[in-house]
Amino acid sequence: MLSSGRTHLRSHRGVNALIPLLLLAAFSLAPLVYANHAVIFQMMAFMVLAQGVNLLYGFTGYLPFGYVGFFGIGAYGMGIGIELFHLPGLAALLVGALFAVVIALILSPLLRLSGAYFAISSLAASEVLYNIVANPALTHITNGPYGESLVQSYHPLTSYVAMVVLLVLTTVLVIVIKNTPFGRALLAIREDPVSAEMAGIAVVRTRTTVWILSALIGGLTGAIFGWHLSVFYPSTVFDLSISILAIVFTLFGGGGTAIGPILGSVVLYGLYNAIGISAPQYFELIYGLLIVLLVLFLPGGVVSLLQRRGSYVP
Amino acid sequence: MSREPLLSVEKIVKTFGGFHALDGVTLSVEPGEILGLVGPNGSGKTTLINVISGLYHPDGGRVLYRGRSIASWPMHQRARQGINRTFQIPKPFKSLTVRENVELAYHFARQGAMTVDNALDFTGLAPSADRPAQSLNSSQQKLLDLARALAIGPDLLLVDELAAGLGPQELHHIADSLRSLADRSMALIVVEHHLGFVNQLTDRVIVMNAGKEIFEGSLTLAAEDATVSAVYLGT
Ligand SMILES: Nc1ncnc2c1ncn2[C@@H]1O[C@H](COP(=O)(O)OP(=O)(O)OP(=O)(O)O)[C@@H](O)[C@H]1O
Ligand SMILES: [Mg+2]
Repeated sequence: MLSSGRTHLRSHRGVNALIPLLLLAAFSLAPLVYANHAVIFQMMAFMVLAQGVNLLYGFTGYLPFGYVGFFGIGAYGMGIGIELFHLPGLAALLVGALFAVVIALILSPLLRLSGAYFAISSLAASEVLYNIVANPALTHITNGPYGESLVQSYHPLTSYVAMVVLLVLTTVLVIVIKNTPFGRALLAIREDPVSAEMAGIAVVRTRTTVWILSALIGGLTGAIFGWHLSVFYPSTVFDLSISILAIVFTLFGGGGTAIGPILGSVVLYGLYNAIGISAPQYFELIYGLLIVLLVLFLPGGVVSLLQRRGSYVP
Repeated sequence: MSREPLLSVEKIVKTFGGFHALDGVTLSVEPGEILGLVGPNGSGKTTLINVISGLYHPDGGRVLYRGRSIASWPMHQRARQGINRTFQIPKPFKSLTVRENVELAYHFARQGAMTVDNALDFTGLAPSADRPAQSLNSSQQKLLDLARALAIGPDLLLVDELAAGLGPQELHHIADSLRSLADRSMALIVVEHHLGFVNQLTDRVIVMNAGKEIFEGSLTLAAEDATVSAVYLGT
């Protein structure tokens, strides 16, 4: 039953449905009014990544500093799908997704670690992935450090549309999870895993499910991103600052909500583009500090200021 | 009393480091029966509850539930099969409301379970239903543990020191309530220091000491038992 969950979904159906629709409209129209399509595309990519981080961090409390690993492996899955298997773009996406899911399954024992240990070891895992992919010995598969070139499959419009679709679907997924018993079960696990088990929740399986969903989202984002970019290097798609940005966007807006990561991406990615591009290293520093401050002083992000006043935040 | 036991615990051993918290304890409980579990601090009562509910894996011995060994069952499977418990140090989902706490468990409820409202009424928490669990005092949080356990529809309920901190009236009421559960053929193991409370609940008490049962019978007889008084009085 968990009636309040269902009634939430019903009573707030309007505002819940509005969010994905607004995203769909905004990113369908944005290229018509703003000429720098690369910025729009990247903002979308970061929104999806922030939602992927949100799914894991916002609902389970695991902070995945190595989240970029899924992104990178997704991009390389895409590359391998196109270069090695000669698949068309959309089919190659699935290879990227599959790679990310397989890696997530292999790494799922990390979920046994808690807090900082999980954050650090997920980071280490993404570094390992990076070094495997970039290893000259794998040149025949990944082209090693020399990067992927997918120019023969370059489809900027299709890949753009694919990212819009992924963004909308991911947002719907977060809204659905937030408002169903599954989401409540995740919150319960975060609060007290022993009590959650005693309430009949299969803690390990539930956690692993979100972990894999989150990896899938990261992998698909990387795959579409690589497709859209069409030329990239291991250092491009395994860049730690991708994790940092996705995390800070989620934390700033507010985890555990659908709107928080969107808000965070719009505001902070907007700022980053307005002033940060010329000196990105400062921004990494500032955003790194921001993560620390948010975790310490505003763990629920900006939206928690509204929630505290009793407002429903989708 | 010739019915099949719902639960039997046979020669359970649980060690922490080299220390034997449970040292071969054996007991069983039938449907509709309340078993009082008493003993001095550190005698292993909570550890036994933890083993039965699956939080700890025993180092020796067997736990049989409906005649089957449940050693390999994770906690949530035991919960879904009808084993549930409260915690000596209560463990509610603190940021959820009282009602949401109970609803979560009810989501996995078995046939014949109390409804969410029934469980809230039963534990007297209905007036606090919309409060966050963290705003409850410790006794109320224990009652919330109980409400959550009831909402899933247990056949075997393990209650770890519910009475601590309750007044005489509340104690009387809770004792009646627990007995009414047994009347519905639930089996209960009630760990309690408050012997008056245990006396109101049941005639069948097991006294534990140093990880073993040292006496089984009524409290009155226990008081006359030499070993028991030696343990309690330290003589
Ligand atoms: N997780 C643990 N690690 C180490 N020792 C433990 C652990 N749990 C229990 N013990 C030890 O096992 C012994 C039995 O503890 P237990 O909590 O079962 O006693 P109890 O009978 O419930 O006592 P009380 O009446 O004080 O609740 C104690 O000496 C305790 O210190
Ligand atoms: Mg105890």
